[in-house]
Amino acid sequence: MNAAGFPILSLVTFLPLAGALIILTVRGEDEVVARNARWTALWTSLITLALSLVLWVRFDSASADFQFVEQAAWLPEFGVGYHMGVDGISVLFVLLSTLLTPLCILASWESVQSRVREYMVAFLVLESMMVGMFCALDFVLFYIFFEAVLIPMFLIIGVWGGARRVYAAFKFFLYTLAGSVLMLLAILAVWYQAGTTDIPTLMEQAFSPRMQFWLFLAFFASFAVKVPMWPVHTWLPDAHVEAPTAGSVILAGVLLKMGAYGFLRFSLPLLPQASADFAPFMFALSVIAVIYTSLVALAQEDMKKLIAYSSVAHMGIVTLGIFTFTVQGLSGALFTMLSHGVVSGALFLCVGVLYDRVHSREIARYGGVAKIMPAYALVFMLFTMASVALPGLAGFPGELLVIVGAFKVSPWVALGACMGMILGAAYALYLYRRVAFGKITRDDLRSLLDLSPREYAVFAPLILLTLWMGVYPSSFLNFFEASVTALVTRHEAALGAARLAGM
Amino acid sequence: MYVGAIFFPLLGATIAGFLGRWIGDRAAQWATVICMAIAAACGISAFIQVALGHAPGVAPLFTFIDVGGFEVSWALRYDTLSVVMVAMVTFISTLIHLYSVGYMSHDATIPRFFAYLSLFTFMMLMLVTADNLVQLFFGWEGVGLASYLLIGYWYEKDSANRAAMKAFIVNRVGDVFFMLGLALTFWTFQSVEFDTIFASVEQAQAQRFLGMPALEVIGVLLFLGACGKSAQLGLHTWLPDAMEGPTPVSALIHAATMVTAGVFLMARMSPVMEYAPTALAIVTIVGASTAIFAATIGCVQNDIKRIIAYSTCSQLGYMFFAVGVGVYQAAVFHLFTHAFFKALLFLGAGSVIHAMSDEQDIRKMGGIWKKIPVTYTVMWIGSLALAGVPYFAGYYSKDMVLEVAYAAHSGPGMYAFAMGLLAAFLTAFYSWRLLILTFHGTPRADHHTMEHVHESPLVMLVPLLVLSVGAVFTGYVFYDFFVGHDQEAFWNGAIFNGPDNHVLHHAHEVPAWVPLAPTVAGVAGIALAYVLYMFAPGIPGKLASSFGGLYRFLLNKWYFDELYDAIFVKPAQALARAFWKTGDVKLIDGMPNGAAALAVDAAQGAVKLQTGRVANYAFTMIIGLVAFVSLLLLGMPR
Repeated sequence: MNAAGFPILSLVTFLPLAGALIILTVRGEDEVVARNARWTALWTSLITLALSLVLWVRFDSASADFQFVEQAAWLPEFGVGYHMGVDGISVLFVLLSTLLTPLCILASWESVQSRVREYMVAFLVLESMMVGMFCALDFVLFYIFFEAVLIPMFLIIGVWGGARRVYAAFKFFLYTLAGSVLMLLAILAVWYQAGTTDIPTLMEQAFSPRMQFWLFLAFFASFAVKVPMWPVHTWLPDAHVEAPTAGSVILAGVLLKMGAYGFLRFSLPLLPQASADFAPFMFALSVIAVIYTSLVALAQEDMKKLIAYSSVAHMGIVTLGIFTFTVQGLSGALFTMLSHGVVSGALFLCVGVLYDRVHSREIARYGGVAKIMPAYALVFMLFTMASVALPGLAGFPGELLVIVGAFKVSPWVALGACMGMILGAAYALYLYRRVAFGKITRDDLRSLLDLSPREYAVFAPLILLTLWMGVYPSSFLNFFEASVTALVTRHEAALGAARLAGM
Repeated sequence: MYVGAIFFPLLGATIAGFLGRWIGDRAAQWATVICMAIAAACGISAFIQVALGHAPGVAPLFTFIDVGGFEVSWALRYDTLSVVMVAMVTFISTLIHLYSVGYMSHDATIPRFFAYLSLFTFMMLMLVTADNLVQLFFGWEGVGLASYLLIGYWYEKDSANRAAMKAFIVNRVGDVFFMLGLALTFWTFQSVEFDTIFASVEQAQAQRFLGMPALEVIGVLLFLGACGKSAQLGLHTWLPDAMEGPTPVSALIHAATMVTAGVFLMARMSPVMEYAPTALAIVTIVGASTAIFAATIGCVQNDIKRIIAYSTCSQLGYMFFAVGVGVYQAAVFHLFTHAFFKALLFLGAGSVIHAMSDEQDIRKMGGIWKKIPVTYTVMWIGSLALAGVPYFAGYYSKDMVLEVAYAAHSGPGMYAFAMGLLAAFLTAFYSWRLLILTFHGTPRADHHTMEHVHESPLVMLVPLLVLSVGAVFTGYVFYDFFVGHDQEAFWNGAIFNGPDNHVLHHAHEVPAWVPLAPTVAGVAGIALAYVLYMFAPGIPGKLASSFGGLYRFLLNKWYFDELYDAIFVKPAQALARAFWKTGDVKLIDGMPNGAAALAVDAAQGAVKLQTGRVANYAFTMIIGLVAFVSLLLLGMPR
């Protein structure tokens, strides 16, 4: 049936949900419930992670086809099926989701003290939905997961968030939902035209240029908000600021990748003509995003907001890479998505470390932390530098490839992307300087403790990955090489065919 | 051996950085020193084997990136150019590690310092042994990081933090051009591996980019990248500020090694640069302008380290115009000798600062030469070499650089020759101004400081003496190899000269006054310094007040910092706030928030309904999921 010999994708997807159900059945004293919930959630997510590693081992990176495919008739009369599978583009995101979830649970171990059970349930449901979304090969199925992700995230921000959590949660929810409604329409239109929502089948379907135009806009509305692209990015800083640390990690690490993933999975293969036509528009938005949000990040006074804005800038690099339609650009975009997932997640964890101790995100509140927390300062420096895309760390290969890819399309676009290199260094180092360097001026900072063993455990895998991705990126690039090459080849063929038909 | 020369410093950095807290300061620092010494032994034997034994080679490590024809591997390239650098870097770095043992002995976090220093050395070695542009960029950015960390080493000092950030960001501006150059190289040659690039330069000549020859554009972009790292005019502003770091750092990074990376890049890319005559002309002009520009500033500065920093900037200008006229050999020769005497000068300055209880202002020194005779002597040797006084190292290389500029017989070449000659005069002048003000005259420091003036410990003096030997003899010993009779066999193809490029050959046949001119200029500069500061010390003050405008212009470093602040930093900050407060908060957020407010006003009740609906929605989704899972389980058997 597939390379693993058992329905691995469904298992990875729904195992966390099962864990959530178990947690829900726990009864007793608050203390006991909380402890049980934590341990159950941790073990569930760790088992899920272990299981998902099978994908890493058994995935055949030479093939561009969907692998580990599972298919079941669901609503056959409507052409809707339960169809799961991963290719080179999606497989690593499944792993990213399963990796970050246990880390998030570990990171919330002490900082979340109220409604622990519900919190853990929300995280496990979230994991389930994220994994499902990256595995879904049916449009309806995808849509369900895509939307379902919102609910636990909405709750995590709205219940366990900061002071303005309700505003942020609603903003987050409504923004993303508004876009998604249009995508639902687009899915209906596709289904109406093709009679199926099976993605591999749809990829063979050619839509008329007019139809492509409207479909692209509808998809764009949904994905651009998720990415988020400029100018629909303002929900992100608010959501990040108010979300609890672990919420921010997942939001930056995985949820932001959903939009770009959508572009890669749907817009490019299904709508080649429209994608090519819209490319200059996408470049413009991406370059604006890079420069504009980098500048805005420079002016921030809140640590989380600064990192949130930097995420928007990095996502600008990603969308730019996607619409170059070159192997380098696309691979670079995918790599940046992965590295950003690790690095920005880690940066939010770094902020969380300080927040847990001092309960402030205000940059001016800190200064001189390096003196009393040297290990923390080193970890923070590592991720700051990775975010600046220092060669040898995770951020670099993606950025390099995107710039190389973009240069072929237009050197000016590449120059725009490069501006992010300068501004990125400026805001990241400025943040680091104000937090970690300088003299300690506040007495309460003097008594801070350095990283605890639990925090080391959270950071260790991320540090390892950051170095690994930076020094030996080809072990990751191999995974998507075949799929990306196939995508580019098909895209060019489709454009060629359209040009012939036009003549 | 090849691998050892590169990775022993990394090992040292790791030991000191991660184990420093457990094994203690002494163990950590000696571990790095020993690792460096082993690396130096490897480096020098590599030099003997590769450069003198003519056995170049490449040691491949593993694949870095391989995407759609964009292939990059980690590999160590050993040819004459890289072994010259490897041997020089490891040797000088070892001496500086040793010196630091004494200099940093009172510091609170010694292992951190040594870890950074070794990390820097590792990155620099990766840079010079790179086999492709991406790996070179890895080292390039790596030394930038190490430099950032070391400039900001005393992170409690605000000025140090500022300087560190400035260094990193100004370097990044150069890096942008490097990146673009790299991208264009790839699309021109379909590769970023040096061997592939160099093999197909001839075919690539016809390629055009935006209406210009692609090779010219590559040349200019890479040169702009080099400008950042090598502090050439326009992107030089970070170098003087970098003196905030501990003095051994200034010696290693901001004099002997890292700042020469740009020159190295130009020499490495010589096969491409040779086909980019316009780019080379730009290199010549910028280099020559930097040489004279930095020298003028050096004449009026009062901080002992800043004077030497501007002198470095100026000497880098010499190297660049040697590149610009197509004689990369002379540039690397000057780079090589400069590394010795400039490291010597910086370490000597460090020894002075050490003796003067951390005083750096030469106006507050004077009259100390009898108390620190060894330091005094080595500073003399360093200055003699820097000024190009005959038979010291700088004499051979600086003369060669000026001769090739003259022998180029081109407009930019003549400009470079004239500027270089003038700068040679100023160099000698400010060097002796520094010597006289620091060591001679009446003591101007307070009584307390004067009592404490003492010669440095042996661990600091030994590196100084070794470097002095280098500052005296490297020019004479290596002249024939680098630029003389044996140069072709020595370089063994590592540096390429175009078929029509006979400048080096012509340089040996210039009129007799040309080689003599720099010496005369140097001696004149020394004489002038003696007149002004030794025999008639009233004149400089009078000059400064009667030419007040010029004096302030030079003292304020041609107002570059103020200019950049006004046209880049301030507008960026203003723009940042405007985008945030107006763009994001008012405009972009204004719309949905306004719409929300409108909705609230229009239908108060709807708000409650809306809240309810979100929860309902969530609930429905979960129900749906449960149904969905059950369906899945039903459908599974197939």
